[in-house]
Amino acid sequence: MSGTSRAAIDGPAGGDRPVVEAVNISKRFGSTVALSEAGIVVRRGETHALVGRNGAGKSTLVSILSGLTAADAGAVAFDGRPAPPLGDRDAWRQRLACVYQKSTIIPTLTVAENLFLNRHARGSGRLIRWSELRRDAERLLATWSVEVDVRQPASTLSVEQRQFVEIARALSFGARFIILDEPTAQLDGAGISRLFTRIRDLRAQGVTFLFISHHLQEVYEICDQVTVFRDARHIVTAPVAELSRQALVAAMTGEDVTMPEADRRPPSPGAAVLLSVRDLVTRSGAEISLEVKAGEVVGIAGGGGSGKVEVAEAIVGLSCPAGGIVAVDGRVLRPGSVPDALAAGVGLVPQDRHREGLVPLLSIAENVTMTVPHRVGRHGIISPARRDGLARRTIADLAIKASGPQVPVSDLSGGNQQKVVMGRALASHPKLLVLITPTAGVDVRSKQTLLGVVEDVRRRGTAVLVVSDELDDLRICDRVAVMFQGRVVHETAQGWSDNDLVAAMEGVDLHHV
Amino acid sequence: MSETLSAVASTPPPPPSPSAPPPRSLALARLRDLALVPAIIAVAIVGFIVNPVFLTSDNIVNVLQSMSEIAILVLAQTIVLITGKMDLSLESTFGLAPGIAAWLIIDPALTRGLGLDLLPDAWAVPVVLLVGALVGAFNGLLIVRFGLNGFVVTLGMLIVLRGLLTGISGGQTFFALPASMTYLGSATWWGVPASIWVSLLLFAAGIVVLGYTRAGRALYAIGGNVDAARAAGIRTDRVLWIALIVASVLAALAGLLISGRLAAVPAAQGSGAIFQVFAAAVIGGVSLNGGKGSVFGAFTGVLLLFMIINVLTLAGVPAQWTNFLNGTVILVALVVSRITGGKAQT
Repeated sequence: MSGTSRAAIDGPAGGDRPVVEAVNISKRFGSTVALSEAGIVVRRGETHALVGRNGAGKSTLVSILSGLTAADAGAVAFDGRPAPPLGDRDAWRQRLACVYQKSTIIPTLTVAENLFLNRHARGSGRLIRWSELRRDAERLLATWSVEVDVRQPASTLSVEQRQFVEIARALSFGARFIILDEPTAQLDGAGISRLFTRIRDLRAQGVTFLFISHHLQEVYEICDQVTVFRDARHIVTAPVAELSRQALVAAMTGEDVTMPEADRRPPSPGAAVLLSVRDLVTRSGAEISLEVKAGEVVGIAGGGGSGKVEVAEAIVGLSCPAGGIVAVDGRVLRPGSVPDALAAGVGLVPQDRHREGLVPLLSIAENVTMTVPHRVGRHGIISPARRDGLARRTIADLAIKASGPQVPVSDLSGGNQQKVVMGRALASHPKLLVLITPTAGVDVRSKQTLLGVVEDVRRRGTAVLVVSDELDDLRICDRVAVMFQGRVVHETAQGWSDNDLVAAMEGVDLHHV
Repeated sequence: MSETLSAVASTPPPPPSPSAPPPRSLALARLRDLALVPAIIAVAIVGFIVNPVFLTSDNIVNVLQSMSEIAILVLAQTIVLITGKMDLSLESTFGLAPGIAAWLIIDPALTRGLGLDLLPDAWAVPVVLLVGALVGAFNGLLIVRFGLNGFVVTLGMLIVLRGLLTGISGGQTFFALPASMTYLGSATWWGVPASIWVSLLLFAAGIVVLGYTRAGRALYAIGGNVDAARAAGIRTDRVLWIALIVASVLAALAGLLISGRLAAVPAAQGSGAIFQVFAAAVIGGVSLNGGKGSVFGAFTGVLLLFMIINVLTLAGVPAQWTNFLNGTVILVALVVSRITGGKAQT
């Protein structure tokens, strides 16, 4: 990998001037220091990773680099020339483009119109020529081999297609430097590998990337250089190949972090079966049967479209299954009924915390106690004191960074929001805890805390079901069932190798190829 | 780990990402504009069966004229709704703009003390339009500049403007309007009332502007995702402001038409009309959440609504039941458009 990166850096294009060079950048927001004399240098043709925990200053740097915010001090230069004034959006767009986590696609308009928004092809009388616009859009997408029908509304695009469309749009402005802000956060394994193929192709065509990610293995897979930010400061920039994983994590956190792994002790054979799923068939046709005993952690792994999320949602009552029986501690759940699942003792961390997990404007206390009104009050009247007490315990147990239970969850970082969701799942002292992609979009430390909590819960005798394609999540499981295209294709006890598990999720059997 | 992923990536290429939906749904998407056309034809047939008068040219002109003023309000509301805002005050602007013009122009000697006789007759139309522009600009100031909630701002404006009209008129009706005010509402061009021409021309202009100009598409972009619109270089605040002003000017113009037709400006002119306006826009496929809908769709919405009312009148339904039936028509039309549109309405 270092060989290719060397070639890219020393390549012919653009001499040795860095594509972007930010020096001594400082930025304050009120009393918080977002960046303190930080900087970054990205050379032409490389794929440069920017990593750091939530709050390290990555997003501030991105918004300064993309000209959305002015730095208090310091200088930004593109190709050795000083950055254009903030108001000149077109000039910025020719220098770099940013694909944010939040979509900048307008869902109600067609793909073609999104690509040429506010620069539609026009004919006589300055009227838009739709046929020409569509042809332009088709040509643009074909240039970058994005296979999407330009006439479809953008709302029908998958996350992956949307990113490709956004990248193509960015390139059409003439930018050859693209910032990808956590592009893999919402993609499954196959989508990620397609995205990486695309990034490699574009890099071969001379496009430079700044890649922001929480997933360190992605940094190792796709990037040449890595820059680490911590606490608003630049910590280190080094070729990826020269920085070990341990050293990288240490640079991000300022200390060593090791992810929790399952104890090597299997649960006692006599433990009660707390979850029993028999012949469950979801509406989309995924099938599963499994049992989870008290104190056991079982994983369901699989890529997007494997049906793992669908079966999990059917188990907890979020969706009504087509058939099969789910029993929690001997009690058969009414299909498709969340209240019944809650009453039976199921705690859930749903897949999308923004959509199903949290009410963003309500406080931590209200969110945490949402499923357990009976524990914070009597006769339907809620006691604020008891509610806040419960929330304070959750904040302490899960190390949520917040000044108190009254803070609205919309003010928290992603990792801390996810802890609130976890706290809510645990508030009812569940017999069964179901976690769907519990660490998606969460920084390294929060991930460690969240997974550590699972271990504690397990020790207290709760059955845990982890539904994820994230290897760190699955590592805490006693055994893992791998789903592919709606069927369990592989079951493995703890001690699996990463390669085997990933291969099984992708539907590839490494031993029989 | 990295070995595995790249190994997977280099095995037979992954299945192509789910590509375009079948062409059928694309065709349907483009036909959504025409979703109400079958309903309009059906109502025309029913109307003809109920009473053959329905399809005579006189009756058709009658329907078009009776809807022309409300239709312009629907056009105005559509422009605002597409940007993701809403303007309730249009119905009060509809009454206030001609009311102010009449108040400034008419002679108190002729009208039992109403009016000021401050301006010459020729000022009528400019004053009407100016009042509309000022109301729109003030709405824009509160909504765009100060970031207040559009629904509540325009609700407040609805009440304030209605109160203003009631105040200056003493709750009475302005009459003895100058010819310059009554011309557009009462003239006939090529055998068809001018108000029909005006409303049809405005709709045609709306279709072109919203469908074929960058400014018009900017309205959709803002309603669909305002941050993305800003990132695309659209001056979102300015466009919103202009949209609100244009909508209010259109409402003022509609008010001028109806004042001209009735040769009077009652203090309650337009009161309660906003509900019908919203209903027509939503029936016509305009989303209350912004970013969706078309001017042509809005036109079919208002046309369907008025055709049904006309059929009911021809069928001899007593006037006391009109409101009940109006409401029912709105609900039924919503259900019908939900079925033909196929998607949950927002």
